[in-house]
Amino acid sequence: MRALLTRDLALAVRAGGGFGLGLAFFLIVTVLVAFGVGPEAALLSEIAPGILWIGALLACLLSLDRIFALDQEDGSLDLLATAPLPLEGIVTVKALAHWLTTGLPLVLAAPFLGVLLSLPGPGYAWLFLSLLIGTPALSVIGTFGAALTVGLKRGGLLLSLLVLPLYVPTLIFGAEVARRGAAGLTVETPLLLLAGLSFGALALLPFASAAVLRVNLR
Amino acid sequence: MSLWEYANPVKFIRATDRVLPWLAGLAGACLVVGLIWGFFFTPDDFRQGSTVKIIYLHVPSALMAINGWLMMLVASLVWIVRRHHVSALAARAAAPVGAVMTVIALATGAIWGQPMWGTYWAWDPRLTSFLILFLFYLGYIALWAAVENDDTAADLTSILCLVGSVFAVLSRYAVNFWNQGLHQGASLSLDKEENVADVFYLPLLVCMGGFILLFIALVFLRTQTEIRARRMRVLLARERMA
Repeated sequence: MRALLTRDLALAVRAGGGFGLGLAFFLIVTVLVAFGVGPEAALLSEIAPGILWIGALLACLLSLDRIFALDQEDGSLDLLATAPLPLEGIVTVKALAHWLTTGLPLVLAAPFLGVLLSLPGPGYAWLFLSLLIGTPALSVIGTFGAALTVGLKRGGLLLSLLVLPLYVPTLIFGAEVARRGAAGLTVETPLLLLAGLSFGALALLPFASAAVLRVNLR
Repeated sequence: MSLWEYANPVKFIRATDRVLPWLAGLAGACLVVGLIWGFFFTPDDFRQGSTVKIIYLHVPSALMAINGWLMMLVASLVWIVRRHHVSALAARAAAPVGAVMTVIALATGAIWGQPMWGTYWAWDPRLTSFLILFLFYLGYIALWAAVENDDTAADLTSILCLVGSVFAVLSRYAVNFWNQGLHQGASLSLDKEENVADVFYLPLLVCMGGFILLFIALVFLRTQTEIRARRMRVLLARERMA
């Protein structure tokens, strides 16, 4: 398991792995939003939590099809499937690697991008925390979507269509935590719901992903 | 004699062929009677005026939009557990019908919302969850269309349907939490004393019956079409082999 994790991390970080792409995309979305809605600080600071959450979500989505596609092309996915490690474990490790290479950098970068959108002072900690709790759910759900579309030639657009509706609850709770945090309200309820969602997805979805992957590798 | 006999496509087609004209005829009769009764022989509501009559399309289509997904969920479970092809094809056949029902519910709701709430669209929990349901339908249909192998497609879509159902329910409560709405609560339920007044209720029931029958008839018909299309593909493939 650890070998698979280090392999995936190495593949993602080294040349051609597209490690920084998600981050750059996140930055560009944030900048474009400022261009789109205008530079008034009051408006920007009001919508900043939502924009940052959407940006993180899209950046996450962008890198999903890499989770299995490359392994499928060179055949290593078939080897992994026949390895002694259960497929559920492989899927979980893949999701974890995706989170470490995409989700975690986004979480770390979000407060800095918050400065660009003049996020209110108390919002930074809650934005960071909500992304930290919520992005694993995004990775796990996205892994399910990637497993669904692994065998398809033009799976990219379909992947977005399948995954985005599944992201709705996570986005609602996550953005709500960040919004309430920025407005100085209590965040306990959405934070707990977000954490529940994240852990629930982490516990249950790998089984679905593995089942789907088995079908696709048949 | 059990329900599972109809997992045999030949028996399914024979049985549905027998009931289909009745179902379709009854659905048409219910809709004609219900809609004419509803549109022309019920009084105008004293606050909503004649716009209240859109209820005869709005409520039944919303009913079938949700129950259509429920039916797909059951059919997907049957496919996963018992591997009956008819069941997978029925789920596939139901998806576009359900999607259209969702669109009808959303469109009639928007047309109703304009004079009543003063807006076509509001980010109300019910409206939003219907929109999300529509997205789920789209994804499901797109996945069916994208996968070439029939059995693989059936497996993938049925698992998507299961996972999607969980997330659809989650979204339903998440949007409830996210925004309080304009939409009224349920005004039709079996266990409540106070429902919509009887003058509106009876034609509405007829319309709901009509939509249910229409949905069943359309699903039967589309399932037959799917079975025949698959048969034809097999025959063509056999021809090419020979």
